[in-house]
Amino acid sequence: MTTTATLNRRSFLASSAAIAGGFSLGFGVPFSRAEAQTGVPEINAWVVIHPDDKVVIRIARSEMGQGTLTGLAQLVAEELECDWAKVTTEYPTPGQNLARNRVWGNFSTGGSQGIRQSNLYVRQGGATAREMLIQAAAKDWNVPAAECSAANSVITHKGTGKTTTYGKVAAAAAKIEPPKDVKLKDPKDWKIAGKGVKRLDTRDKLTGAQIYGIDLKLPNMLTATIKDSPVQGGKLKSFDAAKVEKMPGVKKVVAVDGKGVAVIATSYWQARTALAALPVEWDDGPGGKINNDDITAMLAEGLTAQNAFVGNTAGDAKAAIAGAPKKIEATYSYPYQNHATMEPMNCTALWTADKCEAWGPTQNGEAALAAAAEASGHPVAKCDFHKTLLGGGFGRRGRSDYVRQAVLIAKEMPGTPIKLVWSREEDMTHCAFHPVMQCKLTAGLDASGKVSGLHVRLSGQSILASLAPQNMQNGMDPVVFQGFNNGGTESAYGYNIDNLLVDHAMRNPHVLAGFWRGVNTNQNAIFMECFMDEMAHASGQDPLEFRRKMLKPRHLRVLNAAVEKAGWGKQPAGVYQGLAQIMGYGSYVAAVAEVSVSDQGQLKIHRIVAATDCGHAVNPAQIERQIAGSFVYGLSAALYGECTVKDGAIEQTNFDTYNVMRMDEMPKVEAVIVPSGDFWGGVGEPTIAVAAPAVLNAIFAATGKRIRTLPVMNHDLRKA
Amino acid sequence: MVAISINGKIYQTNADPRTPLLWVLRDDIGLTGTKYGCGVAQCGACTVHIDGVANRSCQVPLNSVGRRKVTTVEGLAEGGTLTKVQEAWLANDVPQCGYCQSGMIMAAAALLKTTPKPTDEEIDAAMTNICRCGTYQQVRAAIHDAAKG
Repeated sequence: MTTTATLNRRSFLASSAAIAGGFSLGFGVPFSRAEAQTGVPEINAWVVIHPDDKVVIRIARSEMGQGTLTGLAQLVAEELECDWAKVTTEYPTPGQNLARNRVWGNFSTGGSQGIRQSNLYVRQGGATAREMLIQAAAKDWNVPAAECSAANSVITHKGTGKTTTYGKVAAAAAKIEPPKDVKLKDPKDWKIAGKGVKRLDTRDKLTGAQIYGIDLKLPNMLTATIKDSPVQGGKLKSFDAAKVEKMPGVKKVVAVDGKGVAVIATSYWQARTALAALPVEWDDGPGGKINNDDITAMLAEGLTAQNAFVGNTAGDAKAAIAGAPKKIEATYSYPYQNHATMEPMNCTALWTADKCEAWGPTQNGEAALAAAAEASGHPVAKCDFHKTLLGGGFGRRGRSDYVRQAVLIAKEMPGTPIKLVWSREEDMTHCAFHPVMQCKLTAGLDASGKVSGLHVRLSGQSILASLAPQNMQNGMDPVVFQGFNNGGTESAYGYNIDNLLVDHAMRNPHVLAGFWRGVNTNQNAIFMECFMDEMAHASGQDPLEFRRKMLKPRHLRVLNAAVEKAGWGKQPAGVYQGLAQIMGYGSYVAAVAEVSVSDQGQLKIHRIVAATDCGHAVNPAQIERQIAGSFVYGLSAALYGECTVKDGAIEQTNFDTYNVMRMDEMPKVEAVIVPSGDFWGGVGEPTIAVAAPAVLNAIFAATGKRIRTLPVMNHDLRKA
Repeated sequence: MVAISINGKIYQTNADPRTPLLWVLRDDIGLTGTKYGCGVAQCGACTVHIDGVANRSCQVPLNSVGRRKVTTVEGLAEGGTLTKVQEAWLANDVPQCGYCQSGMIMAAAALLKTTPKPTDEEIDAAMTNICRCGTYQQVRAAIHDAAKG
């Protein structure tokens, strides 16, 4: 059927109910305890139940593909005893969180924290709501609540067999005083959590109906695009707006924060076309003189510098190495990398003289709100931020630089909503990049091939110095040592080594460094696990047996699970294996990689077996997907990921110069989930750390070539 | 005014004739299911069908479309009934963040039209779209499932 429609883009209003709701509701009207966003009374902050039994579970953390929305909903639903088929979710806004004494806790979504750090209070939220619903039914029936039970959104009284549904008693339950101490289920009894249920947010992603930040439409909205100083620390010198002001659709050309310039137009393409034609002059500042070789040399100097922050020490590593009959040494190097989320940075803002609202994809709603408020010049209570689904995060959207820009731009046109959309080129050249790091490892091996001493000297960039200097400890960045801890709940290398020294010569180039999926476990696992391989080979030992002799029990258990599934030493002819292990983000992980390298030096990664002990496995199907995805992300970085610096600016501007893994290179990834059930570990990041070292060790097995400078694409893999 | 056929409807647009189809769809027509990822035909997030053939719409100027019929991801499920490819995507729980999936689905649908039972090698050759979440394994499984259906 063919019909004719005349277009008027202004007639398109916000198409998402959530967005429309946020817009019309405005701010300063945070929903009170008894009044939900929808007008339906909430049972508590986490649970709203509609008269038709629909269950709305509130999610504070951001969904960016990792599945936390579904996983957290499973945990609430498990305790709530509701019908999973009736569950939907919604985000409270950070403004509402502040107005309610942060009843939803931390909004920040990074460090694989979603489930491991909020599982307790979201489960309590579900259990509390369940008890209130049961009490409301019991009161109605005039029977003791203890004689009633709930399952599948139905409440039953044991004695009389009476039943009712959650929807029928929800309004009454909302008025009941919440019980103080609710008992949580033993995970052994879980029916919804612990199961590989399907994600709640799939269907709209298949039809184009899903609204991401970049898809937002508001009445009378304009679109802006920006060029920020190509060199970090540089400034905007001048621009000639007159040259582009009359171009089609252009509304205004504005300076942003003294270091960027944006064109506001009716549509993105008009804004982009005008910005490309806009004459701009920059003051690059001191960073403009820096090239990649300067950064490499700056870090290399740190490898032997006298002064270094000590991150971990045991015994006397230097003396043990000096006295050892065999000494080995190697230097590794890790480049800058961009997150390259599929959805480029964007944010929509509406500024008026007395308030400011913004919409967009963020991993940290509260930080985005703070950034919006600061840029707006209004008190936080007069601002709010509405989270949209993220088209990828990977740490990039923990920063709010694009939120600040959007609000500053919107401030130039009060009363008009403005959507700021970055070009891919802007996105590739402006982020807080995965930090650069070099590492010199020196070990002494005794006559039996045992490690008598190990010195790990890191030299390179501190993320905290770039983004959060207030969190540094007397000038030291403890995050640099991620994966080099002896134990604890966050990260550990896992070996018993009597004489150890891990220290860090901080060298901070002008390029901003930031959190990037896996963060410092990425390079630290390469340094440690590839050097373990080097030590094993130097002393004529099998890399697996060499590790087994030194590994702590939890690490060993996971490594064994991986090698058993993979069949260590049982690979097909022409295929070579490599392995790696670490504990990161609370989870113990290990991987076996199987690769081959052709006579022409063509690498093929055939198979990855990756094991994780994440304590509790809330959704095994999503854990499998996170593991497979972490290898795509980690191996894209290992094979291709490199951002280089020329005249202070990042040289790679798009996927043609910043390549990533595609389908034809995807190995078969087999996940082995071995949850020990006595702790809560992360899932999104841990296994990324073992991706590169397992493959690098397999490449050595295949070729005899030890790749110590990433990425792999810069090396000739033909057999030596 | 330029007339353009999208998902069985004729639209009139005032967009500059050199505007990439991607931005006509997103900003003028209001069909945002087609995504901007790179703008240089690298990532495939903007894949649409033009007369049934997969095209990267960021590289298709409006004035080159002519009378050809454009289909976007919104045009697949007629009357809300998902196509075989979309059903297979649902059954395999493919998307993570989902941003690249419109393009993946359009590329897969075009592949299955010309190659109803693709081998892994044929899938590799046709599916060059980028997914940063790393859903490739599920995409492959879903294509094989859709081929069975």
